Amino acid sequence: CVICGNAWRHEVMKWNGWGYSDSRFLFNKKGQAEFTGKRYKLSGMILPALKDWFEGTFGASLQHKSPATPLLNTSAVQAPTLNQDFVEELKSIGVPFSHEAEDRAFRGHGHCLHEIFALREGKIGRVPDMVVWPNCHNDVEKIVALACKHNVCLIPYGGGTSVSSALECPPEETRSIVSLDTSQMNRILWIDEKNLTAHVEAGIIGQDLERLLNESGYCTGHEPDSMEFSSLGGWVSTRASGMKKNIYGNIEDLVVHIKMVTPQGVIEKSCQGPRMSTGPDIHHFILGSEGTLGVVTEVTMKIRPVPEYQKYGSVVFPNFEQGVACLREVAKQRCAPASIRLMDNEQFMFGHALKPQVSSIFTSFLDGLKKFYITKFKGFDPSRLCVATLLFEGNREKVLQHEKQVYDIAAKFGGLAAGEDNGQRGYMLTFVIAYLRDLGMDYYVIAESFETSVPWDRVLDVCRNVKARVVRECKDKGVQFSPLSSCRVTQTYDAGACVYFYFAFNYRGLSDPVHVYEQVEHAAREEILANGGSLSHHHGVGKLRKEWMRETVSEVGVGMLQSVKDYVDPKNIFGNRNLL
Amino acid sequence: MKASDRDLRGMKDDEFVDILEERRCSSDLGHAFRTFNPQPYKGGPPCSAADLNKALLDSHFLHRVVKEVAMETGSSQEKVMEEAGEILVEMSHNLHLPFIRLMGYTFSKVIKRLFTSIFVNMDGLNTLQQAVQENPVILMPNHRSYVDFLIISYILFTYDIPVPVIAAGVPLAEMKIVGEILRRSGAFFIRRSIGSDKLYWAVLSEYVRGIVRHGFAPVEFYVEGLRSRTLKSLTPKLGMMQMVLEPYFKGEVFDITLVPISISYDRVLEESLLARELLGVPKPKESTAGLLKASRVLQEDYGSMQVNFGQPLSVRKLCEGKINRSYYNLVPRDLPMKPSAEALACVSWLAHVVVGLQERGSLISPWSLMACLLIQEPTTVLAEQGLLWDDLTEKTLWLRKMVLDFGARLNWPGEAPNSAVMSSAISLHRSIVYLKAGRVYLTQEEVPLRRHRISPEEGVFRTAVPVLMLAAYRNQSLHALVRPAMLAMSICITRSTQRDELFRFFCFLQEVFANEFIFIPGNLSQDFEEACLCLNSCGAVYISEQEVRVSEQSSEVITFLQKLLQPFIDSYQLIFRCVCEEEQVQVFTEKQFLAAVRALALKLILSGETESELHTYETLSSDTQKNVLSALCRLEAVAKLRTSEINEFKVNKAAVRRITDALCGKIPPQMLQAPPDARL
Repeated sequence: CVICGNAWRHEVMKWNGWGYSDSRFLFNKKGQAEFTGKRYKLSGMILPALKDWFEGTFGASLQHKSPATPLLNTSAVQAPTLNQDFVEELKSIGVPFSHEAEDRAFRGHGHCLHEIFALREGKIGRVPDMVVWPNCHNDVEKIVALACKHNVCLIPYGGGTSVSSALECPPEETRSIVSLDTSQMNRILWIDEKNLTAHVEAGIIGQDLERLLNESGYCTGHEPDSMEFSSLGGWVSTRASGMKKNIYGNIEDLVVHIKMVTPQGVIEKSCQGPRMSTGPDIHHFILGSEGTLGVVTEVTMKIRPVPEYQKYGSVVFPNFEQGVACLREVAKQRCAPASIRLMDNEQFMFGHALKPQVSSIFTSFLDGLKKFYITKFKGFDPSRLCVATLLFEGNREKVLQHEKQVYDIAAKFGGLAAGEDNGQRGYMLTFVIAYLRDLGMDYYVIAESFETSVPWDRVLDVCRNVKARVVRECKDKGVQFSPLSSCRVTQTYDAGACVYFYFAFNYRGLSDPVHVYEQVEHAAREEILANGGSLSHHHGVGKLRKEWMRETVSEVGVGMLQSVKDYVDPKNIFGNRNLL
Repeated sequence: MKASDRDLRGMKDDEFVDILEERRCSSDLGHAFRTFNPQPYKGGPPCSAADLNKALLDSHFLHRVVKEVAMETGSSQEKVMEEAGEILVEMSHNLHLPFIRLMGYTFSKVIKRLFTSIFVNMDGLNTLQQAVQENPVILMPNHRSYVDFLIISYILFTYDIPVPVIAAGVPLAEMKIVGEILRRSGAFFIRRSIGSDKLYWAVLSEYVRGIVRHGFAPVEFYVEGLRSRTLKSLTPKLGMMQMVLEPYFKGEVFDITLVPISISYDRVLEESLLARELLGVPKPKESTAGLLKASRVLQEDYGSMQVNFGQPLSVRKLCEGKINRSYYNLVPRDLPMKPSAEALACVSWLAHVVVGLQERGSLISPWSLMACLLIQEPTTVLAEQGLLWDDLTEKTLWLRKMVLDFGARLNWPGEAPNSAVMSSAISLHRSIVYLKAGRVYLTQEEVPLRRHRISPEEGVFRTAVPVLMLAAYRNQSLHALVRPAMLAMSICITRSTQRDELFRFFCFLQEVFANEFIFIPGNLSQDFEEACLCLNSCGAVYISEQEVRVSEQSSEVITFLQKLLQPFIDSYQLIFRCVCEEEQVQVFTEKQFLAAVRALALKLILSGETESELHTYETLSSDTQKNVLSALCRLEAVAKLRTSEINEFKVNKAAVRRITDALCGKIPPQMLQAPPDARL
């Protein structure tokens, strides 16, 4: 391997699952679930309730295992198709590259269920023929020029957390495919304290960006659930959204300036004016272009001082309908905290299953008391109640004031404050839920999440109908066990909300579980669209959702996008075939 | 019941249970006070009638309409809102369990007196019990008698299934005390003619949608709109159907379950009343006093009643590929808007599908089979010479075999000998026919002693009442016979053996008689296919790729089926003739039309000029007359003029003559318009 940066990645990351190699869920010898490693708050803890929940919800059993292939079989990776002239010239400009099987296989997939499932079975499809690691904007310019000259296909690669099949190599591609890994372009080039902006290389990973900015007393506040692994360039090219967008905005609100290398040259604006009336905003050709037009190399982003005070919170509602009504009211009054999320009953139960072993009798007594208060005294039906998690940020006084305002609104919808712990656990769940999928896959349970955005008046309808559709489709497609079908409202806007769905089922007895799962996901998306939901809120289209683009943005819309592509990249050098 | 008996009855695997059996051996009071504990609806908590009304009055939809109406009429919004409140008061149900119990008690007493048994299919009830927990359920019974009205509630109450709210006509609400009892038993009331009253439509549709959205109580309504006076299915009305389905189209519920229910009677309480209404005696207004007067009908025996709960239908599954629900994506949910053409077509199609299933779920009684045969005899023979009992019984058994071959459901008691079954059918229907010295005669009302002479017209009327009753009972079997009968008719009229020619004529007949017999739109080829298979199954025809050929041995099947439809052909031809005859008249009102037809029919019956007098008795039925008028409008031979308050019609005589000619085979089938979905 040519450089140590990529070796680092391999060592700490799983090749066929989510996240760090040292962090995983497993059932220990006593049959208790635990989370290994030291990286997370949950690490090293025993989760006594998880097994019962897991077995009860999915009809799964610890006896029935479906382990993954432990090591990548490099011989299963196709030999690379190399464009020798390109390789020679690349050598001459001194950009590191590799055509080792591991490096290539690692960059040939994202984290869709079908991608991970295949890897666990040791199946490797078409992967890039080589990987290059540019070190800076200039390197990228040179690589793109060479690619144009020698007609090779470039696929930009950031954090590899795509869930839209965006990183899959088109099987019909006959040219040499080169994965352009931006991971070495990970520096903060400058911080401008007067304008509160930072100029950053696009390959930087979310958590590094926040950590480095924190050292200077700043943050971007952009925290997508994947921020441990996803990159700035990836956020820009998929129109990412962060958990705390209510304070900081989504990626399109955060960027001030973008530099992108295209086959036609570099595209960027001439100044950093905060708003311009200069025709359609060219940033919006770049935002969401999903690697089809070029490589984002440098971004100027807004930054904020690190907040003085943070406080989690949670509210229990008697039912989901009341919870949604409360979120709607909060949005109407424009007083949403940094984050406000509403989990449905299934997820509430799930959250409970992830409670770590209680250390003292006192806490378990308190828990019992709380439960008694809510279900018996307040008369909440445990099979209907649901919980909203909150995160407040700012100066202490204002946070407390804000908190009171939100709890007062919640009370009008029958909501009861349910403590900081529940809130914090809710957010922690966000980071470990992807690890849980790997645990499920060890025991015949496959799972996926998908999202949408929807106007307020349709939120309940979309939630109900999509969940029911998933259940019905699973039944129709021969799934033997009842699936988990759950949702949560994760973002509020003036005119609507973002809804996240989770579904999972035990696939024992199915000959082609991935196909069944794909059919169910397809049906669920159809249901979302039929009920007025969008094709995607922040995951993007990739290749997974391409078929619905035309109906989503109209014939003319597709034509517009196509003509931009035709002008910018007439030879389809950026040939990942996403979006269109 | 032995397996062979079951086959004989044509009830297949369904387990029909007589619910009166238990009522006769245990206390009605105990039944009325039974613990009623239905499984709760999973989609949400129960909601009271008051909650429902409040939600309606608070709805954005209603407020939008109120605003519009206030703008249009120039009155204040408060006033319009008040009006809406009044409409709601008149309309809304007030379902109360104690009243269901009271109703149950009274009902037990009454129906035990009227009926010997009430058969209900238990597996249908079991699947319904499951269905009501999952999705909003719409109960869709056919409507043949006022008894239909509460029987479903009664059965559901007995079997621990949530009792429905029921769409009823406002006249019922206006009955003293009874109206209030019905309201508290779950009835809600709809005006008969709403016309273009925007506010009324808004309240009604939002009210119905609200009930469906909440889903905890099933909605029951008659998709046929009215009680069928001929015991034949009526063309479904689409207004209510559309309101009920809209929550699905708009994604407000995941799915809606439709349950077709077929109620069949051995003898219908209102039989003679219905026949008289058809002959032009106006229907008595619903009143409590009238109901009490009618209590003498309670003295008679009405045999058994069968209630067949059909398989629940998923609207979602049925609409797959037929509806683009994203039609509503770009407008507010509560914006009053017209449904798309696609949605309307789908509503109509679904309504027809349900009516079709109601028909297929109906049980055909032995008496109905006998009526099919009796009515084929000339009236004079029936009235004077009588029909040989042995002939009738032999033919009835022949017909029984045939309808079973056609796949119909029969209600032929398996325990008793066949002859006993048939003679008890005759004695149950002594108001229509009677058996004397081995012959069957038509029953005619006795002439009051005070009057020595009756006018010839009155004579016709006296005969027409039992004949129309007989026709109505024949109609109970028609759904099982009409497709093969239309094919038989096509064969007889065209004298063709070519499949495509017969298909064309078959389609033409369906088109002309679309108001008489209910066919599912777009189902022509399947209907034709079914007709071929039926005739083939009883050996009446041989079928090949190109041909449908009559077999020599079984010509009696073809003859019987042709004669079955002949009255309809004759009536239509006569009325066509009547429309064309009036030389100078080009434009007429419905009233004039009905009078002219009636006069012509009477004249012909009295002159004895027509070859078969009996057939023209059905021409006297106002139902037939109105159907012909609708058919002519549909076929664009008559145009509706909307110049005045009263509808006027303008006739295109050439077009009518063309239909006349086509109907008697003067126009070769290949000249007829090609069917819209010719897929042969």
